[in-house]
Amino acid sequence: MAKIGIPRTLAYFLYYPLWKTFFEDLNHEIVISPPTTRAILDAGVKEAVNDACIPIKLYHGHVAYLADKADYIFCPRLVSVRKHGDFGTETFCPKFLGLPDMIRFGIDHLPEIIDTRVDLKKGKKELFNVFCEIGSQIGNTHEEIKRAFSKALKVQKQFDNLLYQEILPPEAMDIVFNHKPAQVSHDNCDLTIAIIGYPYVLYDSYINAGLIRLLEKENVKILTQDMLSDKTMNRQAKTLPKSLFWYFSNRAVYGGLHFMARPDVDGIIHVTAFACGPDSLVDRMVEIEARRRRGMPYLSIAVDEHTGEAGVRTRIEAFLDMLRYRRDKI
Amino acid sequence: MKISFPHMGYSYIAFKWLVENMGHECIVPPEPSSRTLDLGVRYAPEFACIPFKILLGTYLEVVEMGAEVIISSGGMGPCRAGYYWVMHKYLLEEAGKDVKVVAFELPRSDIMDFWKKLRWLRKTGGISVKEFIRVFKTAWNKIMVIDDVEMRSHEIRPYEIHRGDTTRGLWTALDMIDKANTLQEIQEARVEGLRQLNQIEQDRSRKPLKIGIIGEIYVVLEPAANHYIQIMLGEMGVQTDRSIYLTSYARKNTIVNLEGDVFEVAKPYLNEAPIGGHGVNSIGETILYAKHGFDGVVQLAPFACIPEIVAKSIIPTVSKDYSIPVLTLFIDEQTGKAGVQTRLEAFVDLLESRREVRERHERLVI
Repeated sequence: MAKIGIPRTLAYFLYYPLWKTFFEDLNHEIVISPPTTRAILDAGVKEAVNDACIPIKLYHGHVAYLADKADYIFCPRLVSVRKHGDFGTETFCPKFLGLPDMIRFGIDHLPEIIDTRVDLKKGKKELFNVFCEIGSQIGNTHEEIKRAFSKALKVQKQFDNLLYQEILPPEAMDIVFNHKPAQVSHDNCDLTIAIIGYPYVLYDSYINAGLIRLLEKENVKILTQDMLSDKTMNRQAKTLPKSLFWYFSNRAVYGGLHFMARPDVDGIIHVTAFACGPDSLVDRMVEIEARRRRGMPYLSIAVDEHTGEAGVRTRIEAFLDMLRYRRDKI
Repeated sequence: MKISFPHMGYSYIAFKWLVENMGHECIVPPEPSSRTLDLGVRYAPEFACIPFKILLGTYLEVVEMGAEVIISSGGMGPCRAGYYWVMHKYLLEEAGKDVKVVAFELPRSDIMDFWKKLRWLRKTGGISVKEFIRVFKTAWNKIMVIDDVEMRSHEIRPYEIHRGDTTRGLWTALDMIDKANTLQEIQEARVEGLRQLNQIEQDRSRKPLKIGIIGEIYVVLEPAANHYIQIMLGEMGVQTDRSIYLTSYARKNTIVNLEGDVFEVAKPYLNEAPIGGHGVNSIGETILYAKHGFDGVVQLAPFACIPEIVAKSIIPTVSKDYSIPVLTLFIDEQTGKAGVQTRLEAFVDLLESRREVRERHERLVI
C-alpha cells in the first residue's frame, strides 16, 4: 500500500477529512507533515521562488519535509469548485493553478505527484471523476474507489456541519477523527469578533503567531467565514459591483460583508499574508465597505515570516480595548 | 464629454483620435512620470501591482485636467487586472474625485453590456452608426500602423550609427500618423514613416544579439513603466523582439483566438491554461524564442504579479532544458533606471561571451 504525503497547509484546513477518509478507506497510509515550524518555514523560503507569498513558501516547506517520507505527494490542482462569479469563471488563485508544476520544478528529488485537476464548474458530480482519477493513479479499482468516496463524502459532510455550528476547523477535525465531545462554551465571552481571511492563514497558528488562541484567552467569541453556508455567503455577491475571481477571496469578502450586517458582531479582523496578490484588493475593499456599511471597527493584520507574537498581541489588545471602550460608551 | 483612458505605450495616439472623432473631448493622459507613480502609491493598497498604481496615478492626473469619464477595460480573471476598474472606482470615490469609470468587459463574456456601453458612447457623442463604424476602423488601422513602425524601429536601432537617430525617426513617424485622418493618409504615413526609418544611417556589418521581451502586458507595453528597456537594449546594440503588441493581443484575445498555440507549447511545463495574465505565455514564449535562435530572454513583471511568479518559478527549468538565459526583472515603485541598466549590461555581456564561446566551438568543429 502506498504512502500518501499530505502537506498540512493550504486546502488541508477545509478538505482534509475528505482526503483522509478516502485514502484510509483504500488502505493507504497517510503521511502528514507536522504543524508548521520554524524549520518548515525556513525550508520553504529556501525552496520557493523568492517573489512568492508566504503561504506558497510554506507549502514548499511542507512538501520538502515530505519528500523522502512518502511514495506520493498529494497536490491536486485546484482550479475551481463551483460555477460562480459574474462570468462563471471563478477559480482559485493563479498560484494554486500552477502549484503542482511549481513544486515539480522547484524541489529536487520529489516522489510522484498526484496532481489531478479539480474543476467542478460543470457540477458537483465531477468530484467523483476526480477521485476516480486519483484512485486509479495509486492502483485501486473502481468499486473500491466508489465505496471510499461515498464514505469520505459523509465524513466531510459531518465536518462541514460542525463548522456551521460555529466550531473552528482544527477542533472540528478533532471531533470527527478522535471523537472528542464538542465543548464550546461562550458563556464568559463579552465580545464577538469575526476573523476573515484564508483558511491556511487563519488556522495555521505558527504563521499567524497564535492569533486565535490569543483571542480566546481574551474571552472573545470567534466567528470565521468558514462557519457560514455557501447560501448565506452568496447572498452578499449581489451587493458588490463585481465578484472577485478567486474562491477563497470571495469567501473572505462575502463573509466579511455578512458579518458587517450582523448586530452581534463587534468587530472584524482581516488576516492577510505578506505579498498576497488577491488580498491587496480584498483588504482595501472590505475596509472601505466596513466603514460605509456600518462603521464597523476593522483591523487588518499582515503576517510574514518575521511575525512575532508580541507584535500581534499588541495590536489585538489595542483593538479589543477600543472595542470595549466603544461598547461601554454606547 | 471629456473622456480619458489609461496610457499604454504609443497607443494613446490612436485612442485620442478615436475619442475626438466620436464627438467627445479627449483629455490625453500624460506619460506616466514619477508624479503619476507618487499619486498612485499614495492612494493604492501597498501590495497592488505596479500597473494598478500607475493607472490610478494617471486617473488622478487626468481628473485634475478635467476628465469626466475614464474608459478602461475589464476582464474575467484570474489576473487582478480584470478587477482594476472596480477598485479604482472605490479609491477615486474615497479620494473625493467626481469621475465616471466605464469599463469594457470582453465581448465574449458579456456581449450585451459591451454593446450597451458602445451605444452610450456613440449617442452621447452624437454620431451615426455608419460614422461610428468608420471611426472605429480608422482608429484600429492607426494602432496597427503605430505597431508597425515601432516594430521596425526596434529592428533598426542596434544598427544605427548616431545614437538616438532611430528614436527621433520613430517620433517623426508617430507624428505623421497622429496627423493622418483617413485610411489613405494613415497608409501614406506608414509608408513614409517606414521609409524614413530605413534611411537612417546604419552599420549593417554589426551582428546584434537577439533578445526576446516577455512578461506582463502593461510593463511590457509601457516604456515609462519598464524604463524604456527596448530603447536601452537597442542602444546597447541588441535587437529586441517583443512578445506582446496591442494589435496582436487584441487579435488573439477578442476576435480570433490564436493563443492556444503558446499554451500547447508551454504544456510540458505548466499543464494548466490560462492561469491569468500572461503567465503561461511567458513560459511558452521562452521556448519559442529559444527555438528561433534568440540569444536570451528578458522577463518583465510587476512586483507581486501572481501569474508571472508562477512562470518565474518554472522558467529556470525551461531555461536549462532549452539552453537559453533568462533575466527576470520585477518592477515596482522602487525600481530605478540605473539598476535596470546595470543588470541589462551584465546580462548582455554574459550573452556576448556565451556567443563567442559557441562560435569558437563551431569554428573548431569545422
